[in-house]
Amino acid sequence: MTTKPNINTSAISLRTNNLVVGYSAPIVKGVDLNIEQGKISILIGSNGCGKSTLLKCLARVLPPLDGEVLLGNKSIHSLPAKQVAKRMALLPQGPIAPEGLSVKELVSQGRYPHQSFLKQWSIEDEDAVTLAMQQANVKALADRAIADLSGGQRQRCWIAMVLAQQTDIILLDEPTTYLDLKVQVDLLDLLSEMAHQHNRTLVIVLHELNLAAAYADHLIMMKEGKIYAQGTPEKIFNADNLKAVFGLSSKVIKEAESDSLICVPIQKIKQTQKAKPALNATNKVEL
Amino acid sequence: MNRQQWLSSTGIIVMLVLLILALIWHLSIGTKTISLIDITHSFYAFDEDNFNHLVIQELRLPRAIIAICVGACLAVSGALMQGVTRNPLADPGLLGMLTGGALAVVYWSTFVHAESLVWLPLVAAIGALISAVIVWGIASRAPGGTTPLNLILSGSAFTAFSAALLAIHHLLDEQTFQEMRTWLVGSLLASDINVLYWCIPWIIIGLGGAIALAPSITALSMGEEVATGLGINIRRRKWQLLACVVILTSVAVALAGPLGFIGLVIPHVVRFWVGADYRWIVPYCILLGAIYLLFIDTLARWIIQPQEVATGLITILIGAPLFIWLVKMRVR
Repeated sequence: MTTKPNINTSAISLRTNNLVVGYSAPIVKGVDLNIEQGKISILIGSNGCGKSTLLKCLARVLPPLDGEVLLGNKSIHSLPAKQVAKRMALLPQGPIAPEGLSVKELVSQGRYPHQSFLKQWSIEDEDAVTLAMQQANVKALADRAIADLSGGQRQRCWIAMVLAQQTDIILLDEPTTYLDLKVQVDLLDLLSEMAHQHNRTLVIVLHELNLAAAYADHLIMMKEGKIYAQGTPEKIFNADNLKAVFGLSSKVIKEAESDSLICVPIQKIKQTQKAKPALNATNKVEL
Repeated sequence: MNRQQWLSSTGIIVMLVLLILALIWHLSIGTKTISLIDITHSFYAFDEDNFNHLVIQELRLPRAIIAICVGACLAVSGALMQGVTRNPLADPGLLGMLTGGALAVVYWSTFVHAESLVWLPLVAAIGALISAVIVWGIASRAPGGTTPLNLILSGSAFTAFSAALLAIHHLLDEQTFQEMRTWLVGSLLASDINVLYWCIPWIIIGLGGAIALAPSITALSMGEEVATGLGINIRRRKWQLLACVVILTSVAVALAGPLGFIGLVIPHVVRFWVGADYRWIVPYCILLGAIYLLFIDTLARWIIQPQEVATGLITILIGAPLFIWLVKMRVR
């Protein structure tokens, strides 16, 4: 694989300052976040905790009610849209490609911020698209229609699109949802390579706790619109925090070979089963 | 240049040739069939005393140019609507502009009792514009603002409402309707070349804008979040695009009345051919829209010669089966 990292990567910083985001009522309530450069930061939290809302505000999809998002010390919502898009890309949750778009056409859309009315399609664009398709391993699919691909392949194409944008920062909202475990792992491996070998800064909202613990350099746990805990998985991925953030009773164990942390939920039914083996099946459901 | 691009660029040339053929056919057909030689002579050796030359230059050519403009405007504004709202069933009529324009014209001719039809295009355009503003206003006041869904909902409500008003009028005032009948289904019969002169700057702005904004429509058609991520200022871009739609549709209503169908169907036919990239969809819509209306208008004057059928009817009578056939071909 050709390695052509952006030499000009002076790795631009992304942080938030007392950020309040929401629609009518605030959902994200005063978040101070400092995204580490060239690392994978993963946001986790229960449904409705505001992690996606936070990501949307980072990506300028939502304006802040209060506070600000700073991209290289400038408020992101005051910078020209195209200028921001040259530094930061977004892959929203469950994106839908218009019918009839081919893989290459989709990936080419990533070059939009680098083009203008006078400067349409350059060799630079062509190279970036080819490189991105190689990195995401979709080169062989270039002329296929997006609609004909499997879920995993499709998601790879979308990732290729944000890679083609050649930004320092990439935001991804649940990029692995609804995919097979194997495909999820493949995608996260790809993203991990982007961060650690190509010095991209990744911010990911993820549902799958064990994968979050395995791939995050920096884990951010959100609860009720605020950051409950953040740090390396070793530091914060433990039973107490999981109980507090998700209300989930679990054990966190360390897998000996890979050193990754694994959260094993404690099943209520199994517990009661052990305690009262006499209970029959119908009662168990009602418990 | 890859295969797709090569196909698309040769397609443009093919379409240009088709456009010229359609134009020649359009010019030669009519109450009197005129030979190709007379047509070409009328261009570079115009003879004032030659009746055929006069017919071509004074009557048929203006009508053909109007057909080209109207077809192009409607097809492009339909494509823009479908891209912006991400709704494959969107068309210029969706903003209530076609029925709104028609309603304005009917009220105008009832209450003002205008003798001539001189003001009719302007009234139609203003009616179309006002309708767009109303629909837009309603949508922007709904929760969530001018989202595609809000636009579609308020557009359909407004269209239904103005269609009902038209129907009431129809029942109460047959006299006006008798006069307006042809206009109301869309026709190039009464189209006036002087109106075209007024429209040309707007057509250039509308089509030019659509071409310039085409790359961002592709991005917008992938959803607002993706488009934002790609560096598009959604709010501003939608305003610009809808402004193009309003301009192009008003022009079309002014020139040919509420001509439906083209705006809905031509963009789909174009997509069958060139895919989902608006960089190609917009220019193809301009050409195919023009060819289609030119072709249809020729048929309208040809089917029951020397009489003519309202173009608006033929658009649908021929267009609908053609479209169904195309869909079937594609599904197969």
